Amino acid sequence: MEGSHLQRQMACMRKSLFDQGFLDEQFIQLEELQDDANPNFVEEVVTLFYRDSTRLILNVDQALEKVPLDFTKLDNYMHQFKGSSSSIGAAKVKNECTQFKECCKAGNAEGCMRSFQQVKKEHAALRKKLEAYFQLARQAGTGETASRSK
Amino acid sequence: MENGFSYPRTDAFPAGLRVLVVDDDPTWIKILARMLEKCSYRVTTCCLARDALNMLRERKDGFDIIISDVNMPDMDGFKLLEQVGLEMDLPVIMMSVDGERSRVMKGVQHGACDYLLKPVRMKELQNIWQHVFRKKILEVKDIESQEGIEDIQMMKYGLDEFDNGQLLSGGDMFSVKKRRDMENKEHDDQEFSDSSTVKKARVVWSVDLHQKFVNAVNQIGFDSDCHLDNACTEPISVIFLAEIGPKKILDLMNVPWLTRENIASHLQCPPEDIEPTAESQIAVMHPPGRQPKTVSLFSFGKKYRLYLSRLQKQNEPKTSFAGIKQSDFSSKDPPGSFDLQRSITMHQNNAANINFGYCGHKILVQDMDSQIHEGDLKGIVSALPIAEPKKALMGEIPDPQKTSSSSRMGLTESLRSLVPDVNYASFECTFSKQHCWSGEVPVMQLKQLKQEHDGNTHLPLPSPRHHIQMDPLQSAPSICPRTSIMERGKSGPIEIKPFYTEYRSNHVTSKSPVDSFSVQADSHIINSQDFEAISTFRSSMKNHGLNQNFINNSESVQPNSIPGNGSNLVPSHEDLEFFSLQGYGYTENIGLQNIEFSDYTDSELITELPGHLYNGLRLNCDYLDLIEYLTVDQGLFIT
Repeated sequence: MEGSHLQRQMACMRKSLFDQGFLDEQFIQLEELQDDANPNFVEEVVTLFYRDSTRLILNVDQALEKVPLDFTKLDNYMHQFKGSSSSIGAAKVKNECTQFKECCKAGNAEGCMRSFQQVKKEHAALRKKLEAYFQLARQAGTGETASRSK
Repeated sequence: MENGFSYPRTDAFPAGLRVLVVDDDPTWIKILARMLEKCSYRVTTCCLARDALNMLRERKDGFDIIISDVNMPDMDGFKLLEQVGLEMDLPVIMMSVDGERSRVMKGVQHGACDYLLKPVRMKELQNIWQHVFRKKILEVKDIESQEGIEDIQMMKYGLDEFDNGQLLSGGDMFSVKKRRDMENKEHDDQEFSDSSTVKKARVVWSVDLHQKFVNAVNQIGFDSDCHLDNACTEPISVIFLAEIGPKKILDLMNVPWLTRENIASHLQCPPEDIEPTAESQIAVMHPPGRQPKTVSLFSFGKKYRLYLSRLQKQNEPKTSFAGIKQSDFSSKDPPGSFDLQRSITMHQNNAANINFGYCGHKILVQDMDSQIHEGDLKGIVSALPIAEPKKALMGEIPDPQKTSSSSRMGLTESLRSLVPDVNYASFECTFSKQHCWSGEVPVMQLKQLKQEHDGNTHLPLPSPRHHIQMDPLQSAPSICPRTSIMERGKSGPIEIKPFYTEYRSNHVTSKSPVDSFSVQADSHIINSQDFEAISTFRSSMKNHGLNQNFINNSESVQPNSIPGNGSNLVPSHEDLEFFSLQGYGYTENIGLQNIEFSDYTDSELITELPGHLYNGLRLNCDYLDLIEYLTVDQGLFIT
């Protein structure tokens, strides 16, 4: 790909996100929605996601402190979380959510706790990566948009 | 929105499609909005289902399609789906991250025209316009087919009539046909004009709306009381909703966006997703959301309704009962509607409420033939708005199961007293279930029928033979507590089915249909009660003639509570109302309600009946045809 070094870096980073399974095809869909009229669409969406999901995580944490666990409620939260993470293509996060839901169905409190830790872990990891990615994108400047437009 | 669907709406179609997106997830809202924008659609977003509903209500024609998530905090997506279907009849697409088959199925059952899995791709959104387009086309087709159906029905009926040759003369038939044609046209025209404003008057009946409908019908029942004059100690009033007209119901309902056509349809059209079950012999039109249980009932009800509509047409050319198909009748058949019914029935204390619908119907028919002569079947036959308004049989749906056993008993007893020979057993419709009358239609229909027919044109109570499903109610008044027919959901399968089938074959013309009920043809049977039962039944049955009887019956039956006295089989007003409320399927029931034969002597009945029947039959011609068509079409009845 032509472009600056930054752009190449960006492209590399992006590729690895996909290769490592952090992101899936949905992310590409978002990128396709970005254009000149909406130049930061992807970043905006991701930001929105993190804002919303942070709130959800808090709710789940609170719910996990209750005894006994309300599995239905937890399941609902996870359902939301799953839906949200699917919106940006956060594949790993989504998978962990599925795991959590399984534990809820099984009434496995222990499993729920563990599983949720994983969810949070993946959630945070992706966030870091995406933040770095967007930063790079911004640095790459207009060139970035040009190279990414499809 | 255009009237009918001129193809395409604009050259740019589907560009500019107005989409409403409902989702509690802000991220998805943003993404979907952007995607739809890219498809050149006009997007409106909403985070809450309530807001979405408000928006939809405010801007009746403001949207073409709705996309909604399944899981939302304030309201279940399926519920929203139902509501939209009922009120606005817009295509709704469901979305969810959960693609489990049961969920998808649920979505479809609730009326979703598509179910998308999240993450949603833009490609999928690009094609959503097809749902809008399809709906339009179907609407147009519906109107057209309705006309066609009626024509076919009419013809069929006409032929049948000729065959039987009993009540109708050829000339009459033709005139009936002509009249029907005219009415059809009128109606259709109306339909069309209305549709231009209300999208073909397709309304989906939510539980709330249905409740309003029921209330309105009840009110009408209260106000208009057809009395069977004469000997009946207690007048049996049958309120024939059809007679009164959907207009009145509409006014009473006070739902601004509803049209008369909607009501007419509602009277006639059963939910589309009603599935025939053995039990639901008598199709009851459930309010939306109700689990469709009784298809057969449904068809019966439908027929009845149609019949009523015909009658109505005769009386009020403007009435449009067009059988607008309630296409949107969602399959959801929420228990709510049942409850509704149930509660309604509860009010009715009398079992006498018509379950008879079926019974009456049948009975009437049979007897009609042989026995009914001009007599004062009045109530019975008059049900038909035809020329002689006989008493409107109040198709009250006897309080289904609920009250019922006592009232039912009462009814039966009354019947018994009236007509000793009547085979109440058969008559006792299975009122067993509370629902029985789900009444939607029946009552309405009865009302219609209720022409001022006074006297008891009762149709002979359904002879035991036919039992229209009456089973549990056996003890109950023979008048068919079949209301249970309607809904019955639980109780027993409404046997009306068989009845119906017989009926069908018999085809009103006089007797035949009544088979089972037919009043066993004794003159006795023509008790008003029977009559009612018959009429009720009739109405549902395709037999037009039957309906007449049925109706007549209803007429004769006054909405009195059926106290144990024989003379009043008439189901109480409430019952009747209930019956009507029952709606779709109930038509049958209504007729039965009226079983108030009170003093109707057999001979009287007999004499009267024929006349009425005749009228009824005539009226029924159209109706029959239609019903027949419907029945066949529905394929439900004979499930």
